[in-house]
Amino acid sequence: MRAAIEKFLTLAKKDRRVAWAAFAAVAILLAVLPMLVDMGLGRSWVRVLNFTLIYIMLALGLNIVVGFAGLLDLGYVAFYAVGAYVYALLSSPHFGLHLPFWFVLPFGALLAAFFGVLLGAPTLRLRGDYLAIVTLGFGEIIRIFLNNLNAPFNLTNGPQGINLIDPIRIGGVNLNQTTTLAGIEFQGGYLLYYLFLALTIAVIFVCMRLQDSRLGRAWVAIREDEVAAAAMGINTRNVKLLAFAMGASFGGLSGGLFAGFQGFVSPESFHLLESIMILCMVVLGGMGNIAGVILGAVLLTVLPEALRYIGEFERAVFGQIIVDPSDLRLLLFGMALVIMMLFRPMGMLPSTRRAREFEADDAVLDQERASVYDSQR
Amino acid sequence: MSLLEIKDFAVHYGGVKAVKNVNLHVDSGELVCLIGANGAGKTTTLKAICGLVPAAQGTVMFDGAPIAGMATHDIARRGLALVPEGRGIFSRMTVLENLEMGAYARTDRPGIQADLSKVLELFPRLAERRLQKAGTLSGGEQQMLAMGRALMSRPKLLLLDEPSMGLAPILVEKIFETIRNVAAEGVVVLLIEQNAKRALEISQRGYVMESGSITLAGPSSDLLNDPMVRKSYLGA
Repeated sequence: MRAAIEKFLTLAKKDRRVAWAAFAAVAILLAVLPMLVDMGLGRSWVRVLNFTLIYIMLALGLNIVVGFAGLLDLGYVAFYAVGAYVYALLSSPHFGLHLPFWFVLPFGALLAAFFGVLLGAPTLRLRGDYLAIVTLGFGEIIRIFLNNLNAPFNLTNGPQGINLIDPIRIGGVNLNQTTTLAGIEFQGGYLLYYLFLALTIAVIFVCMRLQDSRLGRAWVAIREDEVAAAAMGINTRNVKLLAFAMGASFGGLSGGLFAGFQGFVSPESFHLLESIMILCMVVLGGMGNIAGVILGAVLLTVLPEALRYIGEFERAVFGQIIVDPSDLRLLLFGMALVIMMLFRPMGMLPSTRRAREFEADDAVLDQERASVYDSQR
Repeated sequence: MSLLEIKDFAVHYGGVKAVKNVNLHVDSGELVCLIGANGAGKTTTLKAICGLVPAAQGTVMFDGAPIAGMATHDIARRGLALVPEGRGIFSRMTVLENLEMGAYARTDRPGIQADLSKVLELFPRLAERRLQKAGTLSGGEQQMLAMGRALMSRPKLLLLDEPSMGLAPILVEKIFETIRNVAAEGVVVLLIEQNAKRALEISQRGYVMESGSITLAGPSSDLLNDPMVRKSYLGA
């Protein structure tokens, strides 16, 4: 697989036309994907497709915090919740506000970034397990707030959640409905797919630029040795806060899209398990590698849906459901994680740097043993 | 005026006075060493100069400006480069990436390139291994990398914390030779060492630290012949 990709890449480098042809093929495929999915798998899969794009954005946002800066965040879903509730509150009958989508979405992302800094600032000195526990608590606090802020003043409508959220509209066109544009009929959800796809591509682009930027290097440096990083003139505080803020803003963006897409938000959607799922996408796919994270997000969104067919299969063969597919989901998921940790701890598509880190760790250990020996001699 | 001047300096760890009444200065063109036994407070002094631990009292003037209380990265950007104890290299980056990180605060690309070739010339071993992971280098090579990385910031003052620590005797010789070469290039160096003999041999002036205070100061040649220093640190 890898060899085939490399072979293709060298070919594409040599011949521009090959590169352009491949690019055009991917673009066309992405453009007709909702129609293909609709025809081949059914309308519900267009919905899965849209959710996949939301999860890709979420996973890429978390990848900035965990993969690039090395700060383990177990409460990432809180930022997703902030984005979703901002959209829900400002664009629904709950307060009678119907602010436009192009304002609400960036505002949600901005507010999520602010919450990111709010979480980052007091936890600057924490690393690893300690940071993970604080972020986990933060995620739960946000969810519990959302659950209980219906009294004395009804801000979030509590566990019932907020209903009838305005759909995403651009230029008066409701992207969630079947619409005819320029003589072509777009089924419900198709247009949302194009919007999500455009935003996902934008997020991927930003992540790619970040990775090779000065900031990206600074993140790698603080991940390795904070004292040395500070001695290089890196403002470790600001660089860490930037990681939190940027990751959070992507979470807020996805949250807003989720609210507009779903039309309904409730605290139920923002459980700890959701944070862990997003983290798994990052870790399974390959921490720090953009392609890997995308792959992880796609697999972990699509596979559970595919597992539903097992239920149908059971019913067809045994006449009843013996094992509930949703139970099976967690079982398979756990097995997949264990197998990955055993055989491919760096993820499916690791970044070259991370892969190097896994190799280097052994070498560094050997080195440390050797230097202890050195000093005893 | 001195490049670095420390007056009435004290550092406390909780209630413990780790460093007290330290007066020390480093002038342009000098190689100065601070020697003392394990636990005398040498590293603490150095950490406090860099802002890694807060100073309890006293002033630190660097290049004409007070730097006490400033953040480590701001101090670094003023031209004070630290080679921390235990080297503190980025072991999972390549040698070249480590060197580039040294120039993080700089923006003059041609100058960085020039300094990079200069550092690689100074440390030919690093040039050979520039694409290798830094963690796979030997202890001596890592020390050279740490020094080279510090030089990449084109520092006004280089602070070296125990560069010979944990190295085989033959490498210790090599490291001291390198420090002398670096100083000969015009870099001002404050060297902190337990290996008093070698440190005094290559430096112009020296300070002796004992249980948190400076007990002796003077030209290194005098210190080398001082009966007390000879007895306590040189084993003669």
